[in-house]
Amino acid sequence: MVIRVEQLSVRLGKRTVVDAIDAEFTGGALVGIVGPNGAGKSSLVRALLGLIPAEGRIEIDGVALSAIPREQIARRIAYLPQGQTLHWPLSVARLVALGRLPHLGPFSKLTNGDRAAVARAMAAADVTDLAPRIVTELSGGERARVLIARALAVEAPTLIVDEPLASLDPAHQLQVMELLRAEADRGALVIAVQHDLGLAGRFCDRVLVLNHGALMADGVPAMVLTPRQLEDTYGICAWVGEAEGTRMIVPLHRSR
Amino acid sequence: MTNGRNRAALLMLLGIVAALGFMLSLAIGSAPLGIARVAGALTGANDPIARAIVLDLRMPRAILGLAVGAMLGLAGAAMQGYLRNPLAEPSTLGATNGAALGAVIALYFGLAELHPAMLPLLAILGAMVALALLFVLAGAAESALTLILAGIAISTLAGAAISLALNLSANPFAAMEIMSWLLGSLEDRSFRHVILALPCIAIGLVLLSWNGRALDALTLGEDGAKALGINLGRTRLRLLAGVAIGVGGAVAVSGAIGFVGLIVPHLVRPLTDRSPSAILLPSALGGAALLTLADVLVRVMPTSTELKLGVVTAFLGVPVFLVHLMRERRLW
Repeated sequence: MVIRVEQLSVRLGKRTVVDAIDAEFTGGALVGIVGPNGAGKSSLVRALLGLIPAEGRIEIDGVALSAIPREQIARRIAYLPQGQTLHWPLSVARLVALGRLPHLGPFSKLTNGDRAAVARAMAAADVTDLAPRIVTELSGGERARVLIARALAVEAPTLIVDEPLASLDPAHQLQVMELLRAEADRGALVIAVQHDLGLAGRFCDRVLVLNHGALMADGVPAMVLTPRQLEDTYGICAWVGEAEGTRMIVPLHRSR
Repeated sequence: MTNGRNRAALLMLLGIVAALGFMLSLAIGSAPLGIARVAGALTGANDPIARAIVLDLRMPRAILGLAVGAMLGLAGAAMQGYLRNPLAEPSTLGATNGAALGAVIALYFGLAELHPAMLPLLAILGAMVALALLFVLAGAAESALTLILAGIAISTLAGAAISLALNLSANPFAAMEIMSWLLGSLEDRSFRHVILALPCIAIGLVLLSWNGRALDALTLGEDGAKALGINLGRTRLRLLAGVAIGVGGAVAVSGAIGFVGLIVPHLVRPLTDRSPSAILLPSALGGAALLTLADVLVRVMPTSTELKLGVVTAFLGVPVFLVHLMRERRLW
């Protein structure tokens, strides 16, 4: 699957939050989107899904996004919004099963195939044991993993996750990054908006750096996540180096 | 699946209670008829008095009890799911008060005396106008808060206009008639009322029960639902049209019966998996059961004048709220 955007801009009122971005994303890659708060990361991915009006061109496999019916987009791109609110106290199993909605008819029940997909998603996100629990009564970390399972249950060729690591402990942060990595290795296109530069640098094939709505850099982490780029974008002085064979990025202090 | 079996059991139980309410509604009334005479009237025995009482007086009332109750229960469940607010009810978006205002206009200007269908028709029209106004006020936004704010504005406006009519009514009888209509009742309804209300209620029931998928998806918020392929614009149109037509038709014949749409979803929710789609059908059956039973209750209560149905449902609503309050405070 290929998602291509050309001169993509998003305006909220008079403010330009995404400014003329050109990019192309292909399957089999884990793409990180980083940038300061308010850089336009979430607006960019929401525009990719057609959730907010945008200028410019968005194409999925060569077809304009606006020409693809909503239900088809839903089967091809799974989305985990930032700070997902849950409005009803459903069980974990019931919530994860919502991911199968794009595959069901108006009244049709879950088939055995759907149940298997739900079970796979729950196993992958390590939430199988939580199945009977009520989502509104989970800890922050459990909840985050359940929401990822919900997105995985769609089994779409593209997965867009907006800050999936928020409120996760280090072990579960690693687990989620490994999970996203595995999805990409299986051929999926995974786009992850995130703040942890170190994990983005280690796990992503490619990183986009956004600032003030504009694309500042786009490439492999080693080329993009440099001390110079981090200073320009975040205004921080960072140490970038290697330890135990792993690339590390440690923010040291603010530079201005 | 145990889940499927639980659901079937719940639906069957609610269906049996509703059927029981229907039969009691036929059997109980001010004229003491034995079960044998009621059964005889239903099976065509030659007993003209019993037939007149059971078929012409009690039957329309029992049918309306089921239909109006089902409509209010389903509308409440659909509204709570759509607005993602457990305090939403059919009247939240102004349809009930709009219908009531239409009826009050019919009574105030004496239009109701011109033709018996005048009052219900104006009530349905009132509900439609209220919902059309809601679309204008809320704009294209799909946010629940915008809709609730617009609904409260319309509801309050219609309520104020009703008060104005009561205030200015020169004729005390018209004022009395308006008051007693506003309390809500199924007393003295005929098959004419059934014929007027049933088509509207049927359309409303179909339009509202169509939305299970969309309501479930809305558990994840508007973005989440859209990303799951839900067309929120169409969902909103179906829901609001369903409430306007269905609740408008129900209020047109029964008057403003409150609380059924609010409490029934709360009563059935703990018996389901709590997803918005799972409470739709049980709420319709539960509403039908609750309203027919409440309508039997007003007939057996030893009061000097018959209690109004809306009064009884309002009293029934209080304990439900208290239970909720206690659960929130973790006292239960």
